[in-house]
Amino acid sequence: MTKTDLTLGDRLQARGVSRRAFLKYCATTASLLALPPTMVPHIANALESQRRPSVIWLSFQECTGCSESILRSNTPSIESMIFETISLDYHHTIMAASGHQAEEARKIAMEENWGNYLVIVDGSVPTGNMGYSTTAGESNIDTLKHVAEGAAAIVCMGTCSAFGGIPYANPNPTDAVAVSDVIKDKPIVNVPGCPPIPAVMTSVLAHYLAFGELPELDHLNRPKVFYGQNIHDRCYRRPFYERGQFAESFDDEGAKKGWCLYKLGCKGPTTYNACAVLKWNEGTSFPIEAGHGCLGCSEPNFWDAGSFYNPLSTATHLDAGTVALAGAVGVGVGAAAGAAARSQQKKIKAAPAKAFTPTKAEEESQ
Amino acid sequence: MTLLEFARGPALQWAAVIFVIGMLWRTLGLLLMLRSRPLSKDRKKGLAGAGVKTMFSRFLLPKVFAKRVGFQYLLGWIWHVGFVLTVFFFQVHVMFFKGLVGFGWPALPNSVVLPVAAVSLGILVILLVRRMTNPMLRYISNFNDYSSVIVTILPFATGFATFTHIGVLPYETLLALHFLSVALLLVWFPFSKLFHVITVLPSRYILGVKFWRRGVEA
Repeated sequence: MTKTDLTLGDRLQARGVSRRAFLKYCATTASLLALPPTMVPHIANALESQRRPSVIWLSFQECTGCSESILRSNTPSIESMIFETISLDYHHTIMAASGHQAEEARKIAMEENWGNYLVIVDGSVPTGNMGYSTTAGESNIDTLKHVAEGAAAIVCMGTCSAFGGIPYANPNPTDAVAVSDVIKDKPIVNVPGCPPIPAVMTSVLAHYLAFGELPELDHLNRPKVFYGQNIHDRCYRRPFYERGQFAESFDDEGAKKGWCLYKLGCKGPTTYNACAVLKWNEGTSFPIEAGHGCLGCSEPNFWDAGSFYNPLSTATHLDAGTVALAGAVGVGVGAAAGAAARSQQKKIKAAPAKAFTPTKAEEESQ
Repeated sequence: MTLLEFARGPALQWAAVIFVIGMLWRTLGLLLMLRSRPLSKDRKKGLAGAGVKTMFSRFLLPKVFAKRVGFQYLLGWIWHVGFVLTVFFFQVHVMFFKGLVGFGWPALPNSVVLPVAAVSLGILVILLVRRMTNPMLRYISNFNDYSSVIVTILPFATGFATFTHIGVLPYETLLALHFLSVALLLVWFPFSKLFHVITVLPSRYILGVKFWRRGVEA
């Protein structure tokens, strides 16, 4: 996995990928990115002449789920083709080298491609004790700052690197932060999800390869093309929501009939991702289709946003105990107010009646 | 913390606390106040019955005023029933109460509640416009009258926009605004004319008793 002068076109030819298959791939990529068909030749030309860009994949506080997700599409597919046509010079899980040789590979890749390489990060960055997460004796935050310095752009794969994710969740023992909290001077694109959809990850890379720039992003730095609509709007169970037909439990008649999972805590209405459109495992299914509500994993703070199983229409901080306590306080305040009013009334009643004395204004008006 | 997290969390929590304290404070404060004693003997018996009768007779439209107040009376009835049905029998609202008290109750189908809510919202807007344009109503209205109607309209309007995804705002913002408008209603409720929910029946009772003493049957 080192730099090569061969273009992507050369490499595809050497691998026996036909022109027809390549153009089909370009058309699919354009479709995924919601680009017009006229852009297909542009993508093909750009990709064919593109030299394999160096990619450094940094793994911090993560579970390797994002790497697992992108590797799940390792059959001869669009995803694996893209994955093999970038020069992945550093990746803890899949690189052949280990130990000091692995770190050497990273250094060489950085030196040879300074200012041009792409950094992919999965996992959040601990800012507390450096011992929480290190690589070759270097803290994650130092590695990130050092590697990001020569990067053309940073792609945060997964919710942990994009928003802090599960390590960031209360009580956040490692003082974990997102990459964007540490790096402020580089273009950053967030590809959140726990894990993200493989096609989304590879399509973002394809866009960068084809156009030399990151795709259009939303206010959370997510590619609009994949995170522009909420799951609820694209969910096949949406008509049941409109009709008010909800599953009450995971094994009742409503669940068996495929009714809306809103009552069971589905976060689809507030979650922006392409799950309901692209789905998983090569378009087989997605969580809601499998019978479980959306957890909202591509949104910031999804772990702390109330129970996964409470509907969105419920309050998160309000319970019967709070109401009862407020009631007790209210009774006390009311009783005190009543007693004060009675005392005042008695005082007025007991006071001798005063003769009416008109004010100056009243005298003048008469 | 996002706007929705704030709205579902602390905003609603504190609004509910203020609502409960405010309602009990004002209710108990009024109940514990000393009542003035009648200066004359009761002419006839049945004072309590007269009070109870007035509590409920005012729910019906008096024939002599039918022409004059019939329109307002009818709209008032429809609006209040619509309010109760929408708040307590809409599916997602039942979920809210279930989350709060631990149990729910049967909800009305969306196909019933949504038109009811739409009519209620329409009536509120009509009544507000009428109050603003009718010279007599405008003369006797103050800030409390306008604000109470507007504060009641807001949860309806935002609730509709949320459920139907109408508008340019994303769902989570609309849902947050709906929660916040409910929080505003809860805070405003005990300290405004909306408190009539508690005082309307006792007031009618006292009125009925006073009228009875004076020989007025009303």
